Amino acid sequence: MSKRPTFILDDQEVPFEPGQTVLQAALAAGRYIPHLCYHPEFRPHGSCKVCTARVDGRMMAACTTPASPGINVESETEELNDLRRMLVQMLFAEGNHFCPSCEASGNCVLQALGYDLGVLTAGFRHMFPVRPVDASHPDILLDFNRCVLCELCVRASNEVDGKGVFALSGRGIDKHLVVNAESNQLADTDIALDDKAMEVCPVGVILKKRVGFAVPIGERRYDRAPISAQALADAPRSPEHKK
Amino acid sequence: MSAAPPRKLKVATTSLAGCFGCHMSLLDIDERLFPLLDKIQFDRSPLTDIKHCGKCDIGIIEGGVCNAENVRVLQEFRANCRILVAIGACAVTGGLPAQRNHLDLGLCLQEVYETEPSLSKGCIPDDPELPLPLDKVHPLHEVVKVDYFIPGCPPSADAIWSFLTDLIAGRTPRLGHGLISYD
Ligand code: SF4
Ligand code: SF4
Repeated sequence: MSKRPTFILDDQEVPFEPGQTVLQAALAAGRYIPHLCYHPEFRPHGSCKVCTARVDGRMMAACTTPASPGINVESETEELNDLRRMLVQMLFAEGNHFCPSCEASGNCVLQALGYDLGVLTAGFRHMFPVRPVDASHPDILLDFNRCVLCELCVRASNEVDGKGVFALSGRGIDKHLVVNAESNQLADTDIALDDKAMEVCPVGVILKKRVGFAVPIGERRYDRAPISAQALADAPRSPEHKK
Repeated sequence: MSAAPPRKLKVATTSLAGCFGCHMSLLDIDERLFPLLDKIQFDRSPLTDIKHCGKCDIGIIEGGVCNAENVRVLQEFRANCRILVAIGACAVTGGLPAQRNHLDLGLCLQEVYETEPSLSKGCIPDDPELPLPLDKVHPLHEVVKVDYFIPGCPPSADAIWSFLTDLIAGRTPRLGHGLISYD
């Protein structure tokens, strides 16, 4: 058996490698903790707080909390899932999310989290902010209405593409996504269709033009299996937990 | 002597600012309508054309609230129905009609009635018979208390069937993977 150190997640032992966070170790062991801004290929960011768990009695973001021997992590509790539902509802209310007319529908992490957590209603008064789309680029559309400020595009463009096309600007409720061009127009950046930034957006902001409904609704990623199952399938798995 | 059959539940339905897609989805439960009709009886509904809602067990409402008439009908349903169900994206979140919410209502009406080429001598309708539009489109729960929500545009027939069979049997309805959908 493994001699690796372990911690406790919802009353069960989870082995980990030094350097892993609670979320990484949990996913590697085949245990799902709901999350939105975390992506296995990027440095954890800790901004959305959907992965919040109770670590030795304190609320912590599981994606940025280092795994350490013997800590007691509670995740699958009614209290935490209530908080996660509220976070999802707040993200819906502060943007403009019209799923029936969104081409990301069915491939969308925010929506799939809502399904998994059983979010049936907005819960908050919608803010209906004014966020005009940027259709300046010949091949790429930006619909800021759906941005959840996860910074995955920022991380991908900086760390993988080496271009720094995207950034977040402003604070609090005024925080928003901007592109790196004096004109503020995507057409004036050096973004390209095969950039990593083109594929990481968990919602329907960064879209390739003219491919909208290539996969019909009903056959899309989260139509096929719930996000909890898909996240485990995507996670790098420890050898002893590989099926 | 056989016991009297259980009382049928009274169900009222209506469409506010909706497209009737949710009612079509209700009809899409197809032959399962027959066992359903053994258990329920429709009161006010576009299917019966009864104009006002009587005392009911369940009220099912599609569409959001976009004008004064919608508010009145919604309040009548709330006053008369024990359980009120918001069905479909419009009733749950305002849906596509709420896409006008970040625009100015006056400009929307001008755009439609004064600049649309097919209405060459267009003017904004102001007949007193017409219900006054609200500044914003609202989901139902911003106006009255709602007991259950079935999202979807429209929810699938299976989602509606599963919800209604649970509710009628006295179970708390739950929509699992594949039945809960926002599109
Ligand atoms: S981005 Fe996701 S949640 Fe937002 S409208 Fe599109 S499908 Fe719905
Ligand atoms: S555009 Fe997409 S990837 Fe970028 S911050 Fe917004 S939601 Fe995240």
